[in-house]
Amino acid sequence: MISDNPYLPWEAEIVERTQETPDIFTWKLRLTDPEVARHYRFRHGQFNMLYLFGVGDVAISVMSGDEEFLWHTIRAVGRVTRAMMELPVGACIGLRGPYGNAWPLEQAKGRDVVFVTAGLGCAPVTSSVKYVIAHRQEYGRLVIMQSVRHRHEGLWEPQYDAWRSLPDTQVLLTASRDKTRWPNWELGRVSVLLDKADYDKQNCVVMMCGPDAMMQDTASTIAALGVPAQDIYLSLERNMQCAIGHCGHCQLGGSFVCKDGPVFAWPQVEAAMSVKGF
Amino acid sequence: MNETRYLPRTALGLLIEAIQDGGYRVIGPRPEIGQGGLAFREISGVEDLPQGVVDHQSPGRYRLEGSGSARNFSWANTASAIKPYVFAPREKLWRVVRKEGRLSFESMQHELQKTAILGVRACDLAALAIQDAHFLEATYRDPYYKARREKLLLVAVNCSHAAATCFCASTGDGPEVVSGFDILLDELDEGFLLRTGTTRGAVIVADLPCEPASSEQIRQAWDQLQHCREQQRALPPASELAGFADKLDDPRWAEIAERCLACGNCTAVCPTCFCHREFDSPALDGVSTERWRDADSCFNADHSYIAGQIVHPGTRERYRQWMTHKLLSWTEQYGRTGCTGCGRCITWCPAGIDFAEEANIILAKKGAAT
Repeated sequence: MISDNPYLPWEAEIVERTQETPDIFTWKLRLTDPEVARHYRFRHGQFNMLYLFGVGDVAISVMSGDEEFLWHTIRAVGRVTRAMMELPVGACIGLRGPYGNAWPLEQAKGRDVVFVTAGLGCAPVTSSVKYVIAHRQEYGRLVIMQSVRHRHEGLWEPQYDAWRSLPDTQVLLTASRDKTRWPNWELGRVSVLLDKADYDKQNCVVMMCGPDAMMQDTASTIAALGVPAQDIYLSLERNMQCAIGHCGHCQLGGSFVCKDGPVFAWPQVEAAMSVKGF
Repeated sequence: MNETRYLPRTALGLLIEAIQDGGYRVIGPRPEIGQGGLAFREISGVEDLPQGVVDHQSPGRYRLEGSGSARNFSWANTASAIKPYVFAPREKLWRVVRKEGRLSFESMQHELQKTAILGVRACDLAALAIQDAHFLEATYRDPYYKARREKLLLVAVNCSHAAATCFCASTGDGPEVVSGFDILLDELDEGFLLRTGTTRGAVIVADLPCEPASSEQIRQAWDQLQHCREQQRALPPASELAGFADKLDDPRWAEIAERCLACGNCTAVCPTCFCHREFDSPALDGVSTERWRDADSCFNADHSYIAGQIVHPGTRERYRQWMTHKLLSWTEQYGRTGCTGCGRCITWCPAGIDFAEEANIILAKKGAAT
């Protein structure tokens, strides 16, 4: 039943789980109430609140989804997510959403599309990359940049390899702390990829997801390279509990990141993000 | 409906009874036994109200003193606002039962009593409108706040004296009550001027032994309100508050943080603060768990916690968040500041930090101090 209570989760079943790395796992989820499942539609870049019985909930972006299933990729890093990693296939969780705004995929049509991600920031853009690939003729060049600390922490390398073989598509990967330079991998942070990326700086949309500092550095760098600031988008992470703009934890200046974001154009947040600890 | 009538003091009890007869529990200012302050608590009649009591407030200090007058509302404001009766400091949100691995979620049905609050001030009503904007009129509506709000009857009483900590005149929210009430009183020595703002207010007072108010009584009420406009503190004008955007690295934040205990008293007594945290309260049998929320404070370390990081790491950042949210970003969010000048954050700060004074100091300094 669809409740008018925005705080009430729905039941979702873990249909499959994949242990991606020692601390990252992916759930394939199914909303168990057919009516809820029928009404549930997410836009690329939105997130759900995932709830573990008796423990609590966390804001996790939708990695991918279709008519039947939702995929979430989660790092076991806190009290809730560590306990979530223990759940077996068949277990049920709570889910409510989708929340927040979406990546500017409509606005990006006819332009080059650039994704810059670090660490698990690759998950919130995955469905968007897939969308661009599925509508390849509507977009210009596709550039995907992903940075990790160590190659063995990276996710979905076969998928990146597959994307690399697509026409007009560039995939750039880097590992900042590896000693060995693997084929198709650079050594260093995102900045080493920015020099190699080939896209129309005047006619592109850049979408970024990663730690604040990485996104600030990258936004400043590519803005200096000539990308108009309003074409640079960031997805922010903040403490989220209600996800509907009530609980107050996610505020950044005048924005509630949960409902005004999580995706912001760089000029919207540049001033606030440049003040340390704000 | 808006004609001003006169209710003799001896009939105040009848007003309370009329409200009770309307099915309301009555909340009013009550001396807190052993606490030395006033708080909004349930009252059974006039005998529970303070009488001849004046509050003396200053940074970090609140004292009630006897004045010998017969007045019940000769204080400026109570320790806590009316907020807890609408945005409950602790609220059960939902419950979930686990049976054979399946989860069934149940929304909590709130059987709420109709609640009348007697003695509400202009700053309280302005704050209620601010909370309405947040919980009821934004993108999502909060069903728990809504349920309490709909059961509320508001009996306002205009102030007859301003505490030293009051600055509602500078925020434009007081001292005069102009809207948002069901019934409005002005307290005079012998009785009350009475007006109604809604039909349900008018229905409640319909049978009270009121007389037409004399022009002398109306003048007295006006004079005491005028007197309340003379306040010792003032926020900078709203047009100047945007200046905080250039003051985010001002050295004053660090100076305030030297004194601030980050206790969160200011956010607890603030009538507009809305932050809350959610948490589970599992039953010991492992079968069910309840989801609750508690009022939270931006002075708590975990308020801005994300995995591996605290966005507002120190007291400097948290005080800055508190003040700039109230005076700068609130306007971006809701078209006005989040401060109605009640002064509670000043009075109840154990370190005596003066919110209004600090705002003036920070904004008065010329140029960005980076």
